[in-house]
Amino acid sequence: MSRETRTQKKRRSQWLNWLLDLHGILGYIFLYAPIVILVVFSFNASRFSSDWRGFTLQWYAQLFGHEAIGAALKNSLIVALSSTLISTVFGTMVAIAMERYNFWGKLPFDALLYLPIIIPDIAMAVMLLLFFVLVKMNLGLVTIIISHVAFNISFVAVVVRARLAYFDVTLEEAARDLYANEWQTFRRVTLPLIMPGILGGALLAFTLSIDDFVITFFTAGPGSTTLPLRIYSMVKLGVTPEINALSSMMLLVSMVLVFLSLMLQKGGGGGIEIA
Amino acid sequence: MTRTSRRQTWRILFLISPSLFWLIVFFFLPLILVFAISFGQRGTYGGVKWLLNLGNYARFFDPLYLRIFGRTVYIAGATTLICLLAGYPLAYFIATRPPQWRNVLLLLLMIPFWTNFLVRTYAWILILRDQGLINTLWTGSLHTGLLQLSNLVPLPIWEPLLHATAQPLTLFGTDWAIIIGLVYGWLPEMVLPCYAAIERFDFSLVEAAQDLYANRVKTFLRVILPLTMPGVVAGSVLVFIPSLGAYVTPDLLGGAKSIMIGNVIYSQFMAARDYPFGSAVSFVLMAVMLVGTLIYFRGGTD
Repeated sequence: MSRETRTQKKRRSQWLNWLLDLHGILGYIFLYAPIVILVVFSFNASRFSSDWRGFTLQWYAQLFGHEAIGAALKNSLIVALSSTLISTVFGTMVAIAMERYNFWGKLPFDALLYLPIIIPDIAMAVMLLLFFVLVKMNLGLVTIIISHVAFNISFVAVVVRARLAYFDVTLEEAARDLYANEWQTFRRVTLPLIMPGILGGALLAFTLSIDDFVITFFTAGPGSTTLPLRIYSMVKLGVTPEINALSSMMLLVSMVLVFLSLMLQKGGGGGIEIA
Repeated sequence: MTRTSRRQTWRILFLISPSLFWLIVFFFLPLILVFAISFGQRGTYGGVKWLLNLGNYARFFDPLYLRIFGRTVYIAGATTLICLLAGYPLAYFIATRPPQWRNVLLLLLMIPFWTNFLVRTYAWILILRDQGLINTLWTGSLHTGLLQLSNLVPLPIWEPLLHATAQPLTLFGTDWAIIIGLVYGWLPEMVLPCYAAIERFDFSLVEAAQDLYANRVKTFLRVILPLTMPGVVAGSVLVFIPSLGAYVTPDLLGGAKSIMIGNVIYSQFMAARDYPFGSAVSFVLMAVMLVGTLIYFRGGTD
C-alpha cells in the first residue's frame, strides 16, 4: 500500500512527466542531429578536418561542373520517372480491383502484392540479379527500371487502397442515377476523388526509386550508375566535402517529396501504414 | 453467365493483369529461381551446376558462417532492444501530447525515415570516424579544456583523463557503430506501432489501478504494458527483420571484422561468384522474415 501523501505523489508524477518530455526532445534531436550536422559540414571551408573553418559554397559549385554526377543525375531521373509512371498506373488499377471486387484467387494475390514491401531489399536484389543473368538480359537502365517497378507497384497499391477504403460509394451511385455511364462516373467522380491518393503514391514511388541503393546496386550495369551508386562509390574512396554537398541536396529533395506525399495521403484520412 | 458478370470478369482481368504479370515474372519467378538454385552447386567457372543437394545449407554449420550468423542475430537483437527502450517512451511522449501536436510529431518522425538511407548512414561516418565530429571534440576542445584545468588546479585525477583524451575513441568500424546506424534507421518502425497501441489505450484504467493502490511501477507493468503489448511485438518484428538483412549499414559503418549476413550474400554474388550458396543464404533470410511477418500479423495488428 502506498503511504505517500497526495502532494508527494503529485511531485513525483511531475518529475516523471518532466523526464518523459526530456526523452521526447532528445529523441527528436537524435533523429535530426545527423542530418543537420551533414548539412552544416557541406558549408564548411575545411577540406579534411571536422573543425569549422568558415562558410563556403565552393563544394556546391564544384558539383555543377562534375560530369559523372551530371550523368548519374540523368540516369536517376530516367529510372525514377519511368518506374513511377508505370507503377502508378498499374498500382492504381490493381488497387481499384482489390478494393472493389471479389474474385477467385484474391487472397494469394493480395499476399503476393504485399511481399515486395516486407522482403529484405538484399534478398530482392539477389533474386532479380539471378533472374536477369539467367534470362541473359544485359544489366543496365532497363533492368533497374523493371526492378523498381516490381517494388513500387506494391507501395502505390497500398497508398491508393487506403484512399479508396474511405471512399463514399453513394457518390458513384448518385452519378449513375443522373445517367452517367460507367466510364463517365469513373472519369468525373471516382478519379478526381482518389487523385490525392494516386499523387501521394506516385510521389512515394518516385522517392523510393530515386533513393534506392541496394536493389539498384545489384541490377545496374556499366554506364547505368545512378546518384546513390555514385555517392556510394565516392564514400568508399573517403569522406570529401563534395559528398556532403551532394548528400545534403539529395536529403533536401527527398524530404520535400516525402513531406508532400505524406500531406497528400493525410488528406484522405487514409495515411500509409509503413511496412 | 449473365452479361454484366461477364463484363465484370473482363474488367477485373484488365485491372489486375499488368500487375499480376509484372509480379509473377519479375518477383515470383525470381523467388522460385533463388530457391531452386540454392540446391545447386557452383560450377568450375562460376556458373551453376544443377545437381540436387543440400550442401549449401550444410555449409551454414561451418564455424566461420556460424560466427557471422551469431553476430548478425546479436546486432539485430541489440538494435531491437535499444529501439524498444528508446522508442516506447518516445511513442508514449507523442501519444500524451494534445491531438493537434501529435500529427506534427508523427510527420517529423516519418520524414527522415522515408529519406535516403545511404545518405543518412553516411552522416554517421561524419560523426563517428577518427577525424569525425565526436573525436574532434574529444581530442580537441575537451582535451585542451582539461589541460587548462589541470594547469589551474593541479590534481592527480586529471592525469588519466588527459591520457584518454589524447587519443581518438575507436567508434567507427565497431559493432556499436553498426548498432547506432541501425537504431537510427529503424527507430520510427518501433515508435509507430507502439504509438498506435498507446494512443488506443484507455487511460481511465490507470486511475482504476491507482484507486486500487497500485503504485506507478505496478500500474505500468500490470496494466499499461500488457495492453500495449501488440504494439511492442509489432515494432520489434519491424525492427528485427530489416536489421537481420542489413547490408549498407555494416558495409559503411562496420570494419573488416564486423560482417553480417547481408555482406555474406553480397560477397557470394559479387566476389566469390558462388550463386548457389548465396541463394541458400538469402533464402534462409527470407524464411526468417516470413516467420517474423506471420508473428506480426497474428499478434501485431489489433
